[in-house]
Amino acid sequence: MLRIEEIKNSVKKNLRLGNLIPQLLLLFTFVFIIYYFTSNAQTNMASRNISSGFDFLKTNSGFDVQFSLIDYDGSYSFGRAYLVGLLNTLLVSSFGIVFATILGFLVGVARLSNNFLLSKLSQLYVEILRNLPLILQIFFWYFVVLRNLPSTENSFIFLDFLIVNVQGAYFPKFIFTNFNAIFYGLVCAILAIFLARYYSKKLIYERGKSLPVFKISILCLILFTTIFALIGNTDLQLKRAELIQNFGIFNYVGGVKLVPEFLALLFALSLYTSTFIAENVRAGILSVGKGQKEASKSLGFNNSQSLKLIIIPQALRVIIPPTTNQYLNLLKNSSLAAGIGYPDLASVFAGTALSQTGKAIEIIFIVMLTYLSISLIISAFLNWYNHKIAFVEK
Amino acid sequence: MKTNILKFFGSLALLFAFVISSVTANAGTKDDVTKKGSLNCGVSQGVPGFSNADASGKWTGIDVDMCRAVAAAVFGDANKVKYQPLSAKDRFEVLKSGQIDMLARNTTWTLSRDAGLALEFVGTNFYDGQGFIVRKAAKINSAKKLNNVKVCVETGTTTELNLRDYFKANNLKYEAVAFTKADEAVAAYDAGRCDVYTTDKSGLAAQRTKMKNPAEHTVLPETISKEPLGPVVRGDDQNWKDIASWSLYVMIEAEELGVSSKNIDSMKSTDNPNIKRLLGLEGDTGKSLGLAPEWAYNIIKQVGNYGEVYEKNVGANTPIGLARSGSPNQLWTKGGILYAPPVR
Ligand SMILES: N[C@@H](CCC(=O)N[C@@H](CS)C(=O)NCC(=O)O)C(=O)O
Repeated sequence: MLRIEEIKNSVKKNLRLGNLIPQLLLLFTFVFIIYYFTSNAQTNMASRNISSGFDFLKTNSGFDVQFSLIDYDGSYSFGRAYLVGLLNTLLVSSFGIVFATILGFLVGVARLSNNFLLSKLSQLYVEILRNLPLILQIFFWYFVVLRNLPSTENSFIFLDFLIVNVQGAYFPKFIFTNFNAIFYGLVCAILAIFLARYYSKKLIYERGKSLPVFKISILCLILFTTIFALIGNTDLQLKRAELIQNFGIFNYVGGVKLVPEFLALLFALSLYTSTFIAENVRAGILSVGKGQKEASKSLGFNNSQSLKLIIIPQALRVIIPPTTNQYLNLLKNSSLAAGIGYPDLASVFAGTALSQTGKAIEIIFIVMLTYLSISLIISAFLNWYNHKIAFVEK
Repeated sequence: MKTNILKFFGSLALLFAFVISSVTANAGTKDDVTKKGSLNCGVSQGVPGFSNADASGKWTGIDVDMCRAVAAAVFGDANKVKYQPLSAKDRFEVLKSGQIDMLARNTTWTLSRDAGLALEFVGTNFYDGQGFIVRKAAKINSAKKLNNVKVCVETGTTTELNLRDYFKANNLKYEAVAFTKADEAVAAYDAGRCDVYTTDKSGLAAQRTKMKNPAEHTVLPETISKEPLGPVVRGDDQNWKDIASWSLYVMIEAEELGVSSKNIDSMKSTDNPNIKRLLGLEGDTGKSLGLAPEWAYNIIKQVGNYGEVYEKNVGANTPIGLARSGSPNQLWTKGGILYAPPVR
């Protein structure tokens, strides 16, 4: 009610003539500026015979990209090249966000640990990594660490599983036959887990006893998938990368390949961002009053229960908003990829495609709009989540 | 009410500023350059022999001499140049935006750049073609044998486009690892990240000198493309394009006529009308271009004729070591394809 009144008042105030004229003028100026710049650009380009518009997105790009999640080569369109870059950006950002969050939580909690060494080590970790410029950290991983790995023919091979050399890291490809059996197993396991949770809640309300839901869940997952896999005759084959020799040149072909440019960017982004998240986590936990912990103890909660049920849920409300910022930073920072040649959106589209087509205005517009949209989606999601876990005042 | 009036006039002033700023006229590039007192020339970030800065910041190279020639024509002083190092990726945008007056950065003349980017190629100061360099240990002696290889390349170049064409046409498999700087691409190749490095053959010769052990590498014999490298200007100023074009042509013409930086002063007493015109003693070539009569004299005296520039920067006796005889970069009278239209 109050808000509607407020809005009405403000509209009334704003509609007074003396106020109206400057505001209309401002609006007019704003529209004029936009119009001026677009029409200026258009006439300039027309007078220099520069074609404008987005038709180029359909012509074939002519350049190849070293690392792509979808089928792509130079015979595909510039539009497809955009998609390749976008997916590469999303790939490194989403892995980065997951790793940074896990690391950040661990380090943030460790920092508050009673173990002196552990807490000092986490402090050192945070202070070093967050105070070095990110681009230097990317260069460190790329030029110092990954550049000095052995050559292809002398690769490190770990347990016949992971192959590491200066050209990248290779995992075997998992090839399942009759995978659907496992899938059904998973479905059953999830059903069972829901049942267990429901039952455990009921137990608490009715008899004040609880079930070890987490352990039960893990057990269900393992049990159901193995049983179903056995019944359904599921077969798993590892397709390893193979060493191919062509004269004096050795190359691994096949398997799942992670190029050093991706790894360097991922390591640097995850570690750097994790320090900020760690600080958020620490602040969040400290923000929960000491009384809360004492109260939960006196209610008979053990340490992990009180952390999980009392402290973290309250801390999360403090942790999430600044952590959203960190996720957005990570996304935007991923555009530093161009510095080491990882084909992300900024380097494939705003770099290579731009210089090959000369369509600077169109391409920069598309790329800005893309980053903006992803950022807005991330922050909308986290706002929704934050809202959901906020205190519900009754 | 007072503040409202203030606001009103504030907005009005803002509007006015925009209208005013839209009517400032565009002067010709030559006048701009003369007013600035120096030529802003876009060059590479370091390709020895073409454009490279030494430890003291002094730029040398065949492209640098192209900038110097234009400065000599405009100012009568070849040293009035400001160099701006540019990556392949950025060069055309920087030129289009007007931050440089001319681009002399081993740039290939292609249709889409000439017509599509609204630029003007003023000529060719080095005829080149794309090649590959591999480690000797790879035991490969022909580009036809490159299969399942990783190739380091610079992005925003004709190189990455030809690369794809070549492997596609020959049905060979490869992965292009693209970098935004030549130095990064070369370092990546040198460290084993790639099996092959590719660029213009002149670039291969130049970049090879930067590798840890140049003798460990070998340039494959094949040339997979035509790369006529030349200076570029914006497409909206015919006079400026002419100045740049003829700055190149008079260097070629001077060589053909046997005029060099060393003998040019003694040539002043010649009876040869061609040489007289070149030195500005006859005719009015300078007037047509809007330059001083001795503009070509200044170029040859201060920068040299084409042959001198070539031998000094990339010739057989330099670390780049590109022998001129037998290459296209020889005068047409000697079996090459360098041919300047008549200077008259
Ligand atoms: N001629 C080709 C390629 C020119 C080019 O950029 N070559 C690289 C490799 S030698 C280079 O000059 N790099 C120097 C730099 O990045 O500053 C083109 O015009 O696209």
